[in-house]
This record gives sequence, C-alpha cells and structure tokens, in this order.
Amino acid sequence: MFVYIMRRVLWSVPFLFAASLLAFAIIQLPPGDYVESYAARLEADGQQVDEVRIIALRDRFGLDRPFIVQYWKWISGIFQGDFGLSFQWQQPVSELIGDRMFLSVILATSTLLFTWAIALPIGVYSAVKQYSVGDYVFSIIGFIGLATPNFLVALILMYVGVVVFGTNVTGLFSPEYANASWSWGKFIDLLKHLIIPVAIIGTSATASLIRIMRANLLDELFKPYVTTARAKGLSEFKAIIKYPVRIALNPFASTIAWVFPQIISGSTIVAVVLSLPTVDPLMLDALLSQDMYLAGAFILLLSVMSIVGMIVSDIVLALIDPRIRYR
Amino acid sequence: MTTNQPILEVKDLVTAFQTRHGDFNAVDNVSLSLTPGKLMCLVGESGSGKSVLSRSILQLVDKPGKIVSGEILLHDAHPAASSDKVETLDLAALNPRGSVMRNIRGRDIAMIFQEPMSSLSPVHKIGNQIAESAMLHEGISKSQAMERAVDMLRQVEISNPEKAVNQYPFEFSGGMRQRAMIAMALVCSPKILIADEPTTALDVTIQAEILDLLQNLKQTHNMAIMFITHDMGVVAEIADDVAVMKNGKIVEVGGVRDIFSNPNHGYTKSLLRAAQDTQKPSDRRIEIRRARPLGDPILSAKSIGKEFLSSHGFLGLKKETFVAVDDASFELREGESLGVVGESGSGKTTLARCIQRIHGIDRGELHYRNRAGVETELSRLRDKELQPTWREIRTVFQDPFASLNPRMTVSQIISEPLLLNGMTSKRQRRDRVEELLDLVGLPVESMERFPHAFSGGQRQRISIARAIAPEPRVLIADEATSALDVSIRVQIMDLLLELQHKLNISYIFISHDVGLVRFFCDRVMVMYKGKIVEAGDTESVCTDPEHPYTKALLSAVPITDPSERGTKVRHRYVADLSDVSANGSV
Repeated sequence: MFVYIMRRVLWSVPFLFAASLLAFAIIQLPPGDYVESYAARLEADGQQVDEVRIIALRDRFGLDRPFIVQYWKWISGIFQGDFGLSFQWQQPVSELIGDRMFLSVILATSTLLFTWAIALPIGVYSAVKQYSVGDYVFSIIGFIGLATPNFLVALILMYVGVVVFGTNVTGLFSPEYANASWSWGKFIDLLKHLIIPVAIIGTSATASLIRIMRANLLDELFKPYVTTARAKGLSEFKAIIKYPVRIALNPFASTIAWVFPQIISGSTIVAVVLSLPTVDPLMLDALLSQDMYLAGAFILLLSVMSIVGMIVSDIVLALIDPRIRYR
Repeated sequence: MTTNQPILEVKDLVTAFQTRHGDFNAVDNVSLSLTPGKLMCLVGESGSGKSVLSRSILQLVDKPGKIVSGEILLHDAHPAASSDKVETLDLAALNPRGSVMRNIRGRDIAMIFQEPMSSLSPVHKIGNQIAESAMLHEGISKSQAMERAVDMLRQVEISNPEKAVNQYPFEFSGGMRQRAMIAMALVCSPKILIADEPTTALDVTIQAEILDLLQNLKQTHNMAIMFITHDMGVVAEIADDVAVMKNGKIVEVGGVRDIFSNPNHGYTKSLLRAAQDTQKPSDRRIEIRRARPLGDPILSAKSIGKEFLSSHGFLGLKKETFVAVDDASFELREGESLGVVGESGSGKTTLARCIQRIHGIDRGELHYRNRAGVETELSRLRDKELQPTWREIRTVFQDPFASLNPRMTVSQIISEPLLLNGMTSKRQRRDRVEELLDLVGLPVESMERFPHAFSGGQRQRISIARAIAPEPRVLIADEATSALDVSIRVQIMDLLLELQHKLNISYIFISHDVGLVRFFCDRVMVMYKGKIVEAGDTESVCTDPEHPYTKALLSAVPITDPSERGTKVRHRYVADLSDVSANGSV
C-alpha cells in the first residue's frame, strides 16, 4: 500500500512540472500582453496613452524578457508562496485567491454532499425497481435536470426569489455579515445562502450520477454473489446494500478526480449570475483582462487540483477495493 | 431421529418461467426426497431444470421464474429463530422474502454454487462472508462468529485459517475458494446442503479433494446433500442415490448401484453409454489407423519457450516474467491426433498459440513441412510470411457461443476464410459452404441463419466447418468439446475422427479431461506448470504413468462405475500443495 502511494506521488512530480510549464505557455499565448490591453482600455476611455509610460510598465513587469526567464521568475516565486502581483487589482495574487478559495471549497463540498445524498439512494432505487413507475419518474426528472442549463435555473430562482418571496438570493452573505468576522450568526447566514447555489449547481450532477449509479448497480445486481447473500438468509435490503451497492460504489471513487478542479471552475456562470464571492468570477475576469499572473495562478491551480484529485481518487479506490491494492 | 426418515420432500413441484409464448415449465411435476446422511445426485444435461429445481427449494428462482404448484416439505423445521417449536413447513407456500423463509436459508438449508469466484463478493474478506450467516441466524457476537469462521475453515482443510479469514477471495486459488464457499454454507450446521455443480469449474485433482471433503462432512454432520452434476463419473464416485432429470422431469430415481448396473430409462442408458465410451480408446480411431497408418512428422518443435511479463516492478525498474511454456519439444505426424492434458494454467493454450504462431516464440525452433513438402522454420517469421501457414494450421475454440460472430450468417462465417484464401467467385464459395455443412452434418438450410439459432453442439459444428474450410492439415482443438454436454461431446469427437479419415488432418487436441484424450488421441503430452512432464502413447501413459504428476492426475479422474468406488489409491503430487498455500500474486 505504501509503495503504491509513493509510486503515485512520485509519478505526479513530472506531471506537475509539465502542467506549470503549460500553464505559463497558455497565458503567454494570446497576442499582446496586459500592458497592451491596459493601454487599449485607456484609449477606449478617451485617455491619452503615453508611449514612455507603457515601456516603463513593461520593464517593471519584466514583460519584454524571454519566455524562459519570465517562467523561471514566476515558478521560483511560487515556491516561496509568491504568485506575483495582479496587474489589475494591484494586490498579491495569493491574497486575492486565498480570500475566495475558502468559500469555493465550502460551496464545492456542499454541492458534492448534496449530489451524493440525493443521487445515490435514487440510483439504487431506480436499479432495484427497474422499469417501475418510480424509475421512469426519476429518469424523466433526471433528464430534465441534465438538459437545463444551470444559469437558466439560477435566473429563474432569482426571479422567483425576488418577485414571489421578496428576498435577494444572490451572494453568500447578507449585507450585514459580508465584512464581519466569523461568528455563529455568520455561519448560519452562510448555510441559508448556500442552499440555492448548491441546488442549482447540483442538479445536473445529480441527474448524471443517478444514471451512473443505476447502470453500475444493474451490472452487479444479477451476479451470483447476490444469490449467495440471499441463500445465506440475508434480508433483501441488507443483501443488496452490503454486496452489489458496495461494489457499484467503487467507480465513484474515480469521480473524486474531477471534483477537485471543479472547486475552481465548476460553477463559473452560476457564480457570476448569482454574484457569489467565490474564485470562479475572479478567474473569468483575470482571463478576460489578460491579468497574467492571476490567470496563470488559476490555470496552475486547476492543473494541480486535477493531478491531486487523481492521486486522491486512486488512493481512495485502492482503500475501498482490495483488488486494486494488490495489483 | 431415525436415519431413513426423509428430511425434505418435494412433491409435484412445478416451477414455470413466464415468456411471451406462455409459461414454460422448467421444473415439471417433480417429486423427490432427501434423507439425512445421504447424498442424492441430480444429473441431467444443460437446460434440464436441475438448477431451477435446486433454487426452487430455497425460493431463490430469479424472475420471471415462479413456483406454480406443488409442495416442498421441510421436516423438523424451526419456523421462528427464537423458539424451539418444531414443525413441518411447506417451503413452497412461504413468502420468498418473508422472515420464515430467510431463517431457513443458510440455517436449515444451505447452498453452494458452481463458480466460487463470482459467488463470493470480491471486496469482502473471507472471514466476514463466513461469519455473516452465524451472526445472522444465531445472534452471536462478531468475535465469536469470527472464531467460528476460523474453525470452519479448519474443517474444510484450509491451511493457516487464522490468516485466511483476513484474506480476499481473489487471493485464493479456485479450490480454496470452493472450500471457503463450503465453509460458508456449513457455518450454521445446516441439515441440508444443496451443491449446484460445485466442482465443474475446478481441475480434476481439486475436484477429487472437494468430493472427498463433501463425503466426510456428510458423515460427520449427518447432512442430507443434494449434488447437482452433469458428470456421471462424479455420480459414480459420491452418490448414494441418483435422480436423472430431462426436460424438467425426473425420468428415473434409484440407488446409485441400481442405476449404473440396471438403468431403466433410455435417457439414463444413453448418458451412461456416453460417459463410459469416453473412458477407453475409440474403436473407430483404431479402425481408421489400421486402414491408414500415420505418416511422417509434419510439425516438430524443439525446445520452445514462451514468457510473459508479469510485473513491471517499481517504476518499471524490476521486470518479472512468468514462464508459460518451458522447453517444449514434440513432433506431430501426418494424420495423427496428439493430446495435450493438464490443469488450468499449465500452459496448454499458450503452447497451442505458439504452435499456430499467434504468440511469438521466445526460444527454440518450430519446423513445419507444408503440403508441397517444403519445410519452414516458423518461430522467427513475421505475420506476413506466416499467411500461407495460417491457412494450413487452424484452431477450433472452446466456447461455441463466444467464438462465432452473432451478426454474421453461417454462410458468411464459413466462407470468410475462403474469401481470404482468394476464392472470389460467389458461386464457388456457396458450393464449398454447402459441401462443408454436409461434411460436419448440418443441413444446407442452415446457411442463411444466424448462430443464435443453433445449439451448442451445432455451433461447434459450424466452428469446425469454418476451421476446415481452407483445407488445413493441422487442426488445433482447444478444449473444443469441454463446453458441451456428454452426449453431444461424443458426437463431435466422432465427427472430428471422420473428418480426419476423409481429409487426413492431424489434430492437436487440448483438454483437461484425460478420458476424452484417451478416447481420441494416439499420443499424449502431459503438461504441468509450463513443462511437458510426460509424453508417449496414450494407452501406455494412461495405464502405466511414469511421472508422479501424471499418476496424481489419473488417480483423480472419477471412474464411471460405483462398484469400483474406493478401490483406487489416490496419489497426491507434492507440488500440488502450492495450491493450498496459494497467495494473491497471480
């Protein structure tokens, strides 16, 4: 087991390096740089742009140096916890992201728990009672959930919230708590505000998870070991939960891998619509304005999250499925 | 309790499957009874309703199957888990999911199945799966139940049971898994054990051990056992009573000696004849050899070796290999049938694939003399250079269901190799397919039908027609008759003999069944762990084996004659013990 984990971790090192290089290359890809788009924005606002000032800015940010030098400066800073300075916000990138990261993690975890809590039991029900009325009803609801874009649901809920209930459903905090320090009151306020984004972001994931669970379980339900369990005298419920459901859950460990990057980019549009203070809108903004270090930090973070997610899901899978552990 | 009082009586049981064309009675008006301390063998061919009958007793028939009428009387049953009240219960009248039925399953009547691997959960420890019934039915604590599990594993002769309870099924060998399965069934000391083909998936040597084990347990626990099998040899070896089943009905019941010495029903007679036929050399083969003696060697292998990569090691640094075929040398003569016997994993199939050069050969030489008399060394040739040889060396595979493309018609399947051979005229191909179908004994009308319309035996005939289409000189039959019922098996082997006579084909006949090899082959090679441990004339190897492994293998083969039961001394090959201490490294 230890060897297995060590092997996974060691293998991730070259991947992380390649990902960082790629991240930096990607943010360098679009024509022009931050200074250029800054100048363009100034011009659009009707201001005069001073050529000398632009060159000074370039020089200050090191934008005229060769790619590899810029990359080295960037990556060595990251090792010391310095992700560079956001051009737009004139703040360290690490501070900008750090503030919002916590809320993103909370949102992503609650969405995941919500999804699993709803989808797994329904998936089991749909498989055990295949082709029953309930199975059809859940399938129809599930497909509707899959087919409806999240932001549309968000807009509808906002409308309903404002027009019918007269409350503002956007954001994650009520105005009085937004800048307050943490307290029970703020925490409960957060939970109240979480319900709607979690429900919105979770719907499509729930729908697909129901289908996956149903299909996985249908593969297992008629295996001989289920008959063995029944022949031992187990009740139908216990026989199904302990054996086929347990085995049908294994593939879910693999899905942890894609939960991690979703912390950052899973709900961008919904977050913009609902003006959630998570990292998603910040990332969108950074990409639009070519805020190089901020965008680079995001892309790097996404890659790291994907790789870490992969390691975690491999380890979890090995923990719950002995057949993988011993290979 | 008097011993001759039946514990379970099945009366006029009908179990039906609802289909679109009305009900199909898989079990049709069956009556039988089980007695403590007696083993009843239920024999019949596939589809005869044996399994459905056994599952009906525990009400475990999968939908859309359903018990329609009849009684299943269990005497001396405790309907409630708590009270000691004893009464006779009609299991057929119980709710399949009700608590009374569930209390009987595993406690009064336990069951073991054919595939020990898929019948055990792959992700739960053996100990957990065994202890579960005890905790459920006797309400004992987990630690007590685990102690019981260790004890049960010891009873089924698993070495180091304390370690085994914490292992997973995939760390066990096939024989150990079946032992664990038996331990699981016996943990609550049931009065009745139903065993559904428990040794069919196992090697003969392991089958012999499991049969011994069941015999012992029957006596020590005074259990009634219902043993389902299609193998008359096994019946002769262990049965006290025999019930013969055909098309859902029991056609004959009786004591084992009566049935074997004086069968009444024609079906029983034909089953027995088919089983006994395959224990001696085929008369037809001897006749054919007299008409045409064997020719010169056409294929000769010199020290062939084949290895597989079994592990890359840490970061691909330490490569480990598994030697599948080790230093194999042999000759195949024109018109000869050469048998290859051995247990699963002994390298028989790998050897066949090396001969056909589907696998590369790592060491040694393989010489083939083609129809024109030109000799080629095959071991180093590339795929393109092998094309002409592939036409002359062909294979018939084991599984007649998986080896035919379900979306091609019989005529397409058989004519495919002809097309590859350059027979472009549609007319010519059609004529040839007709001729081939006639050769393998199928009607010409089969041409336009799809494989699913045929039974296992007929499909195997189609496979054979496909294999002989390009007029091969060597045919490798890789367990080609193993998936078939006994009576069909003999027919297919007779067909192969006739084809050999007509077309002068040499066979390499791979089988785990020594009886079949004795029936079919002139010479035999015995393989064990990748090595050919003994080779020679089939009769002399079978009657006077030299290598200890061959002795062990032969002594494990059941004799189809109950009167000879116990007369044979069983040899155990010492290297076999690796099975008992097997670990999960494979």
